[in-house]
Amino acid sequence: MEILLSQLFNGLSGGSILLLAALGLALTFGQMGVINMAHGEFIMAGAYTAFVVQNLLGDAGSSLLVSLPAAFVVGGLLGLALEALLLRRMYHRPLDTLLVTFGVSLVLQQLARDVFGTAGVDVAAPGWLSGPVQVFGVAFPKTRLFILALAIVAVVVLSALLAFTPLGRRIRATVQNRSLAESSGISTRRTDRITFFVGSGLAGVAGVALTLMGSISSNLGTNYIVDAFLVVVVGGVGQIKGAVIAAFVLGVAQSWIEYSTTASIAKVVVLVLIVAFLQARPQGIFVVRTRSLV
Amino acid sequence: MNVDYLELTDLTVSFDGFVAVDRVNMSVLPGDLRFLIGPNGAGKTTLIDAVSGLVPATGTARWAGENLVGRKVHRIARLGVGRTFQTATVFEELTVAQNLDIAAGARRGLLTLARRRTSLPEVVVKAMDTIGLTDLADALAGTLSHGQKQWLEIGMVLVQDARLIMLDEPVAGMSAEEKDETGRLLQRIAADLTVVVVEHDMDFMRAFATSVTVLHAGKVLAEGSVAQVQADPRVQEVYLGPGEHSKAVAEAVLGEGA
Amino acid sequence: MNLKSFLSSRWAVAAGFAVAAVLLLVVAPALLSSFRLGLLGKYLCYAMVAVGIGLAWGRGGMLVLGQGVFFGLGAYIMAMHLKLADAPPSTGVPDFMALISSDGVPAWWEPFRSGAVTLIAIVVVPAAVAVLLGLATFRRRVRGAYFAILSQALAAAFAILLIGNPRSTGGSTGLNNFKGFFGFSLRDPANRMTLYVIAVVALLAMVAVARQLMVSRYGELLVACRDAEERVRFLGYDPAAIKTFAYAVAAVMAGVAGALFVPIVGIVSPNDVGIVPSIGLLIGVAIGGRTTLLGPVLGAIAVAWAQTSLSERFPSGWTYAQGLLFMLVVAFLPGGLASLRPIVRGWRERQRPSRTADSAGVPSLSGSSR
Repeated sequence: MEILLSQLFNGLSGGSILLLAALGLALTFGQMGVINMAHGEFIMAGAYTAFVVQNLLGDAGSSLLVSLPAAFVVGGLLGLALEALLLRRMYHRPLDTLLVTFGVSLVLQQLARDVFGTAGVDVAAPGWLSGPVQVFGVAFPKTRLFILALAIVAVVVLSALLAFTPLGRRIRATVQNRSLAESSGISTRRTDRITFFVGSGLAGVAGVALTLMGSISSNLGTNYIVDAFLVVVVGGVGQIKGAVIAAFVLGVAQSWIEYSTTASIAKVVVLVLIVAFLQARPQGIFVVRTRSLV
Repeated sequence: MNVDYLELTDLTVSFDGFVAVDRVNMSVLPGDLRFLIGPNGAGKTTLIDAVSGLVPATGTARWAGENLVGRKVHRIARLGVGRTFQTATVFEELTVAQNLDIAAGARRGLLTLARRRTSLPEVVVKAMDTIGLTDLADALAGTLSHGQKQWLEIGMVLVQDARLIMLDEPVAGMSAEEKDETGRLLQRIAADLTVVVVEHDMDFMRAFATSVTVLHAGKVLAEGSVAQVQADPRVQEVYLGPGEHSKAVAEAVLGEGA
Repeated sequence: MNLKSFLSSRWAVAAGFAVAAVLLLVVAPALLSSFRLGLLGKYLCYAMVAVGIGLAWGRGGMLVLGQGVFFGLGAYIMAMHLKLADAPPSTGVPDFMALISSDGVPAWWEPFRSGAVTLIAIVVVPAAVAVLLGLATFRRRVRGAYFAILSQALAAAFAILLIGNPRSTGGSTGLNNFKGFFGFSLRDPANRMTLYVIAVVALLAMVAVARQLMVSRYGELLVACRDAEERVRFLGYDPAAIKTFAYAVAAVMAGVAGALFVPIVGIVSPNDVGIVPSIGLLIGVAIGGRTTLLGPVLGAIAVAWAQTSLSERFPSGWTYAQGLLFMLVVAFLPGGLASLRPIVRGWRERQRPSRTADSAGVPSLSGSSR
């Protein structure tokens, strides 16, 4: 029972990290079809932002709270720059965006190595997050609970943004029918830019969360980017709820298979399961229905 | 006995509970040039999507003695069912001749596929003549005009040995001359084959249709010759009903003085 | 016979292959030191992978991000055979395994003691994996982006699997220190020269196969699938089979390249098979021109050469250069350097106005149709 509970918690915790990493992708990949490999490096940039903020403020408690918005802005600005300089001219070539953003990711990683060094750096967790919470005799680290909560908050805020604000309506309209949205007077250019800002900003927030999990280095993003994309693939493009379900299912599956085998075999098994799942639902859990079938 | 006719029995297509095609019964015989008309959202395109296997359907769509419902798209194509799309899809980076050659070759063996094409098959040469693109045989399809692309698509359906041909708005966006040209092309084809045309252009329909089926809200509203359909009071109501169509459209369907 | 039809004739193709063979087999060994020649052999292995990528990506439109997996399968299968052959006859256990534990050789290594099984597996295993993944994704019409992501995830999982099992795969150091190759000592320069010759022959053979596939009716069909897959389906073909075949051919080419890479370079590790090397293989193809036959080959060799010479001098400079190449080439020159050819030709023809008449080659937009 305790093992069951702690495995479940590990899975949910892993899923919440995946979710934070994938949430922004669900937006940029879903809305614009851009396969942004540099999303991982935006996560890394968010993590280094937390490192810099902590060094400036010196206090772990307040720096976490300052880091979250700061990293959102840093990630968002990186995304805006990427969109304006490169991706803008590539919307009709979605597969090529993957290669271009891979180039961006290489450059950002090397930049991080040249600025912060190759060795990992640590960001101290605030005192109020140290130690575990005991539930039914099982110890849950507070940092992981914080990440879980952060992921839930991010989902709620993003869903509310999409559901209730004019911006959200514009984003949804553009996802569902770009040319119709355009002819109804929506500036899809502006919508694209804002979406990319928000999606990339979420990567920055994910980066701050990851500093609570261990030391950070230039390859932080590469460790998460592929799994984050798989979450979006399984969840279905353009759907937040799909990403949420997929992230937690994959997190729990990974942790369970890992428990009975090894971490590396679990990765392969999960991938095989995903391919098998796509046989049943080639477009992921949720599909946005459009009229064009071809 | 010629069994090359299309017979739909209770054909139904629904998307998440929304019934786009509702128990349609219809039969089309060879030599017929059947037009499928109806207001937007009547289910015209969905109907031919269902027959060509693109969307799942229930009921039966019997063609040449086989039920098409539930079969895979490329299997249906191999039974002699060909279709075109609203926006012409030709292989833009291949030439007119290559486009037709591919269309003609679905039954080729592996050895033929692995070899280079040395001469054009007879059917391809003939089809280029029928659609009037012989002079452009070596032009890339991407450089053709809109009308020429539509003809190329019709040519591709011809050479694939289709005996049931379904065309989705073939004259949309064409000039008046191109429309006439296309209409005569369709009449030539329909002499030997079974042809179904989904169309919004009512002048075109009146000029070339042999028979007409009117769909409304997924159901067959009326069927018969152009004159019969025009005289049908239910058709008049659909096309004259509030908010459905302008008076000009109604006149085009129903003739002057509607 | 005019110039254009001569250039595409069989004779011209044969002559082209002859020139390439002379350059690689006579000129290069005469000019290069044995160290440099070994490096060239390594670049040729990358070029073999590039030929397959050109076919699958350039012609077939499949963004193959996991070619490192097939390269790695070929390489590790060959490396396992070489390690087993090098093992002392008394125990039959390769040196690195004996160091880590005393459990002996894992059962799944045993078949690769046989040279014949090894050679067959180098072709069959990559092909089988490609057919499985290809059919699974293309049959269900999974989106192109999903296929790219899945093939990339496969590369990541493969690398993680290798690192996670150090006892049987050598972990992150990989397999190295090979002494012989099917009974021939790898220390003997003559044998190393033979290996280089084998690599040249393999590359030329792959280029010939790719050329035949590209000019055949199959090649036209593959391009048709890339540009309008649904349309191909409506013509009665099965696009999944067409695409899977090209993917499997590309996989076999990568597998053979990996198998030759091992004796030529002397090491294979997860660093050669993961996400980064897998995508890295694409940049040469993109620069050379993904849809052309020779562009990928020349691009891959040029990029590998630039990588060696640049990273010798500026270690971090190469990463920046690689990143910038991806950004600039893919965003601004998607056809690669090969797409500059018509521009250069046009410029040259303007210099010589007398020849413009018959060389336009572009069909007129307003051609009469009746």
